[in-house]
Amino acid sequence: MDAHAHASVGHAELEIPYNVHPRPDTGLYNGKLGVWLFLASEVMLFGALFSSLILLRTGAESWPRGYEFLNVKLATFNTFILILSSVTVVMAWSHLRLGNLKKGRVYISATVLCALIFLTAKGFEYSHEFQEGRFPKTNNFLAIYFTMTGLHGLHILGGVIVFLYFLGPGAKMWAKEPERYTNRIEIVGLYWHFVDLVWIFLFPILYLM
Amino acid sequence: MTDPAAAVEPGVDIHEHAGIGDPNAHHHSPEQIRREMKVYLAVFAGLAVLTALTVGACYGLNLPVHQAIIVALIIASVKGFLVAGFFMHLLSEKKVIYGILILTVIFFIFLMALPISHHANPFGS
Amino acid sequence: MALRRQIRVGSQWMYADEAHKALREALRVMEDEKLADAHGGHHLPWIRRYVFSTDHKWIGIQYGVTALLFLLLGFCLMILMRLQLGWPGQAFSIMKVLGESRAPGGVLLPEAYNQLGAMHGTIMIFLGIVPLAVGAFGNYLVPLQIGAPDMAFPKLNMASYWCYFPGGLLMLASFLAPGGTAQSGWTSYPPLSVIASQGQTWWLVGMVFLITSSLLGSVNFIVTIIQLRAKGLSYMRFPFFVHAQFVTSFLLLLAFPPLEAAAVLQLMDRVAGTSFFLPSGLVVSGQALANAGGGNPLLWQHLFWFLAHPEVYVLILPAMGIVAEIIANNTRKPLWGYKSMVFATVFLGFMSFVVWAHHMFLTGMGTTISAFFQTTTMIISIPSVIILSSLFISLWGGAIRFNTPMMFALAFLPMFGIGGLTGLPLGLAATDIHLHDTYYVIGHFHYVVAPGTIFAMFAGIYYWFPKATGRKLNEFWGKVHFWISFVCINGIFFPMFAQGLAGVSRRLYDGGMQYAHAKQIASQTNPFMSICAIGLLAAQVPFIFNFFSNAIAAALGRRDEGLGSNPWQATTMEWAATTSPPLAHGNFEVLPVVYRGPYEYSVPGETAEFIPQHTPVTEPAPRGGALLPATAVAMREN
Repeated sequence: MDAHAHASVGHAELEIPYNVHPRPDTGLYNGKLGVWLFLASEVMLFGALFSSLILLRTGAESWPRGYEFLNVKLATFNTFILILSSVTVVMAWSHLRLGNLKKGRVYISATVLCALIFLTAKGFEYSHEFQEGRFPKTNNFLAIYFTMTGLHGLHILGGVIVFLYFLGPGAKMWAKEPERYTNRIEIVGLYWHFVDLVWIFLFPILYLM
Repeated sequence: MTDPAAAVEPGVDIHEHAGIGDPNAHHHSPEQIRREMKVYLAVFAGLAVLTALTVGACYGLNLPVHQAIIVALIIASVKGFLVAGFFMHLLSEKKVIYGILILTVIFFIFLMALPISHHANPFGS
Repeated sequence: MALRRQIRVGSQWMYADEAHKALREALRVMEDEKLADAHGGHHLPWIRRYVFSTDHKWIGIQYGVTALLFLLLGFCLMILMRLQLGWPGQAFSIMKVLGESRAPGGVLLPEAYNQLGAMHGTIMIFLGIVPLAVGAFGNYLVPLQIGAPDMAFPKLNMASYWCYFPGGLLMLASFLAPGGTAQSGWTSYPPLSVIASQGQTWWLVGMVFLITSSLLGSVNFIVTIIQLRAKGLSYMRFPFFVHAQFVTSFLLLLAFPPLEAAAVLQLMDRVAGTSFFLPSGLVVSGQALANAGGGNPLLWQHLFWFLAHPEVYVLILPAMGIVAEIIANNTRKPLWGYKSMVFATVFLGFMSFVVWAHHMFLTGMGTTISAFFQTTTMIISIPSVIILSSLFISLWGGAIRFNTPMMFALAFLPMFGIGGLTGLPLGLAATDIHLHDTYYVIGHFHYVVAPGTIFAMFAGIYYWFPKATGRKLNEFWGKVHFWISFVCINGIFFPMFAQGLAGVSRRLYDGGMQYAHAKQIASQTNPFMSICAIGLLAAQVPFIFNFFSNAIAAALGRRDEGLGSNPWQATTMEWAATTSPPLAHGNFEVLPVVYRGPYEYSVPGETAEFIPQHTPVTEPAPRGGALLPATAVAMREN
């Protein structure tokens, strides 16, 4: 009989089956399935915004090319930084699977650093646009630019907060349940790769077309 | 007489694989993990090259809009495939995840078809 | 070959060696508890047990009570509207509750009528029915019916309630905003909604909370159903209710995000001055709007209806699930066409994503697109018919018990039939030209949702109340509630079809009296409908008393001692779990194993009248000779 066959009646922390070890017939642990479902909903969220962009652009009399207004060099740099952060997070997860918490923390910190660099660069971009008198209300291109990059930036911020939690108070889990901690990092990593994936499409569509 | 309890326990020892590896197996050897790490670095190099390529083609060469869209989207799709396939290890994921994502892609296509259908067939045409 | 010894433990037959293991585990747990109690106890503080609970049953009750209160509020808003519609321009002292700015001297102003209309729809759908159908019934029953200890992510479950409740409060608070609350319909179409007063912004922010709550919940449901189902519970052994909730969760997961995106865009339009939905050259009250223009109001409609159509299936599927459970139980036979119903449900969910523009036939779309959406809309009626027909045919040859839940479930069938059939002329563009935005539409969707879904909700409350509280609701008052509601609700909504066909438009604050072609039918039908609405409100009074008096009695520990844990003699696993209250954390002392389908009632060749899903298939008969009668097998001593 597996460990899951007994529910812990009366204990404060209920034991949920397949939280850490995968269920045999699906091959998944709960968090992995959960995060992919969440990412599916995020595909629909950003998809709706891309769809709106297409509808507005194809219906517009005129539509600027991104680099007329925007700083392509800075955004290219940002793209490299974000891709780098994707590498660091997957490296972090690999080191945690090898049992090396220290290296894992180093790579998670590197990911956070990259994310903060990205946000800072974005901050410079935005303030430059505002200085030039270009606001969301100026035209629809800028409106969709600020909205989509803004929402994307909020997602990055959300990821940073979660990573900081796992570097800080959340790291206590490693001592008692290293495998569960590693799974958690895998899950945040998947979210992080998705954020990178959105940027991979967002960058050329907004800046280069 | 068979043990009825055993007859109804589905898939106790069945691991359904839907790809080349099993990222959920908690008994991955350290060598395997180190090999994966090398793959990640190779993917990173590929992504960096492709990014430079996109910027070079669309911005550096200043392609006209229609061509820029096609080139950029093709390159972005390749980059997306690399991130999803290797970093998110979708290439070795389970069937359940594939099923959910295929469903999502179908609905995503409906969502993308929305603006196209909107403009393609105005009233009176 | 030696037989493995079996003994009866409570309601279950267990192999003796497994029972021995369970007993050892139970003793270990008791030792742990004794130790823990000696160390000051690990019982949760009140706030973590009743406010921020992570127990799906309590969260289900939180959702249920909150949603019922919101439903009552939404109903009261509608009563005010119906007073105005029945007797336009008349002063009513009750209107004064809206304040002088909205109802000077007790006469409802048109702007206030619009506010009531927009909020009635919003509250009923997003604060009432979805939280009740999915948050309450789904949360409470799904883990129990699949034999799980709780949802996959109990803390996330708690978070989704605590996203819903503040969102709901924010929606209510919007009434206090300067200029009043949202008044552009629950559909919130721009440009009107973009230029509307501040309350609309609060509405949008409230929607973001509610959408987030739904998203978190839907992830939880899907993971729970896939990952935590009991051993032996294959997909085709699910109670139909679980299938319905499963598909509903996918709809919530994938259809809500586009509305969230649209809400963000509308917020940007309102707060940041963008023009996503505002076309160029817009003039409001003689003044040109100082915005950039270039936007498209139809973009909002597309994004809104991309969600809102799957949303209506979110409203109906859990109801069908509840009705199916109650019909199977009260006919004492399995559902007819279970497999077709399951495939129809999945197909319905899928198709619901490609019909949305049938809400937009009159926006100037071309004939090709229109033909596409008409076709998909006609196709989507097929799975609905399959499900409804299967439920009807399930009654054939049944030993029907006409208790209160069954009355509501039976009424659901023709009511949903009327609602569904009246959708057909709306789904065909030629007839929709005449009927769009008339009372015909209001009649259509209210039939599906009010005598449809809400009756199913009532059925579910009467049916599962003993599960949650250990007491049955009073049968006599239940039947009074049913009959008066049934008559009055038809009185309200049936004349709407006639009104719509005669050309009475919707969202008119005087019910059509200002239009010559509508005046006669409006004056003939509106007062009657309003009286029926008041009657419907009166019919809820016995229900409210019945519900709260029994709930409070249960909370005070006064259980119905003769009831037992399975008062309806049902086969699904929620009845095998420990009776609540006390809310047994973990649901089952030993997680059940499933050996059978969900509706083993009157199985030919078996002595037992019904066999719960988790009863082992044994041959030969267990020690003691012939199979024991059903009541002994299924009833558990508490």
